[in-house]
Amino acid sequence: MTKERNIGRRRATGGVMIALAVAGTAAAVVPLVAIGWHLVRKGLDALSPSFFTALPVPVGEAGGGMANAVVGTLLLVGIAAAIGIPIGIGAGLYAAEHRGHPLAVAVRFVSEVLSGLPSILVGVFVWDFVVRPSQHFSALAGGIALAVIMLPLVARATEEFVLLVPVQLFETALALGYSRWRAAVSVVLRTAMPGIVTAVLVALARVAGETAPLLFTAFGNQYWSVSLGEPISALPLQIYTYAISPYDEWQSLAWAGALVLLGLALVFSIAARLATRNRYGRRGR
Amino acid sequence: MPTLHHSPIGDRVYRILTTACAASIPTLLLVLSVAIGIAAWPAVRTFGWEFVTTSEWDAVRGVFGVAPAIFGTLLSSALALVIAAPLAMAAAIVTAELAPIWLRHVLDLLLDLLAAIPSVLYGLWGLFVMVPWLRESVMPFLAEDLRLGDTPLFSGPAYGPSMLAAGLLLAIMVLPYIAAVMREVLAAVPDAQREAALALGATRWEVIRYAVLPYARSGIIGGVILGLGRALGETMAVTMVIGNRHEFSTSLFAHGYTLASLIANEFAEATADLHLSALMAAGAALLAVTLVVNAIARWLVWRVRHQGAS
Repeated sequence: MTKERNIGRRRATGGVMIALAVAGTAAAVVPLVAIGWHLVRKGLDALSPSFFTALPVPVGEAGGGMANAVVGTLLLVGIAAAIGIPIGIGAGLYAAEHRGHPLAVAVRFVSEVLSGLPSILVGVFVWDFVVRPSQHFSALAGGIALAVIMLPLVARATEEFVLLVPVQLFETALALGYSRWRAAVSVVLRTAMPGIVTAVLVALARVAGETAPLLFTAFGNQYWSVSLGEPISALPLQIYTYAISPYDEWQSLAWAGALVLLGLALVFSIAARLATRNRYGRRGR
Repeated sequence: MPTLHHSPIGDRVYRILTTACAASIPTLLLVLSVAIGIAAWPAVRTFGWEFVTTSEWDAVRGVFGVAPAIFGTLLSSALALVIAAPLAMAAAIVTAELAPIWLRHVLDLLLDLLAAIPSVLYGLWGLFVMVPWLRESVMPFLAEDLRLGDTPLFSGPAYGPSMLAAGLLLAIMVLPYIAAVMREVLAAVPDAQREAALALGATRWEVIRYAVLPYARSGIIGGVILGLGRALGETMAVTMVIGNRHEFSTSLFAHGYTLASLIANEFAEATADLHLSALMAAGAALLAVTLVVNAIARWLVWRVRHQGAS
């Protein structure tokens, strides 16, 4: 395997390479820790109770918050979940039950490709299909855009976890007289549920932070709105608008919003991790 | 207890519903591609190849060429990979092969959490923390202390927002993602590979170098390419730090543009049909590149997993 006979030299090479790998890992972790640190520190400085209760105010006025954006994000994520989760689970069930069928292969492959699609293209697509015909930006369009991003993530996860369910379980249910669909839904899907819930939480965390697909669908709104037909504000959109503005008060509100959004994403991710760990021991992801 | 007799209607409904759900996914990709293609068609017909080879972008005169944005997309992503790939490799080797179990869990958790940070937050951090640091420390250091200011790569004034900023921020963003894929691929290498190398008297490093990495090679390359796909399409963070200027420059200190940030900045304000169509064409170019890149990457990763399974 190697021409070097000198064990001392081989050990030295190994030591150097391993040291390099450790140093590389450290270098990789440092900026990431710095980001977390800045987000928490600057966010805590800027965060106040009025953030959650007040609407955005014009430049120059003190105070103001992002109450409408917090509610907007929850609403958009809710719409995305209502559309994306059932269709994703259905597609995942199909792919798991018909392994090798061309449509099942297509679902798996296209899901993976779609999850790598730049999210701004989803925004452009939904603009073309929903916003352009209806002539105005709307919360519904934003929710649909997020659902398009969520769909392949849920489908992949459902398939993966349904495949982990032993086929004997399905057969036992059939032998007991269950019809195929009852066996699939009440036995197989139910057994796979904890894993699917985990994956759904991860997908929710991901879409809650998406900005690009909302730019030309939900569009953003400085006022209070919970109407599906009106433009609606969302935390990531508001953070973006405030961050690139030249005003100090707005920039500091952007940091507060960032901390809240980070908290939201992390709560979902950590809940997901805990759910998986309890169920599958060491399995992790 | 529910009634448990056979229910052919229920089975049929279930079958139709799941088939419809399954069909929706390939259909979605097809409809999305076709819709963007159709919307891009007027611009493609008007400008032909000049759309991707010329660099003038003037909405008032109705002249559109995206060459600088394509160049910026490729350059910023390449820069990101040059920085991120070796570091991700190191992190994956440490987490999958070297670290004690407790440290593996900590690093795994850290990488997972970092992959969950929304990109607009990376952009916020990049804009207010990284860009000032680049402008005040890194750029003067590169240009003056290392005397690289006369080379084309590092010439020009240090504004802060720049191709360098975009590349560096992208590197930070794709690193956890690439590392996660590589970690998974390394974990799929059978232990028999490692044990065989150890039995031949290999040192710890030689096990990794000669038994593990060659086995995982195509998956590792796949991970890097997946990172490339991410970097090419990343929008918000890049838009916030790249400077958004539609011009060619060989200097990493200069402002740049990418296809995604071009769309993000102009789409909501585009009113002329041709302008809109030109932005759609930019989207179509981005779509084509990312689809190809992702398909190749997925295939490479898939190959290692299947070797491991058999």
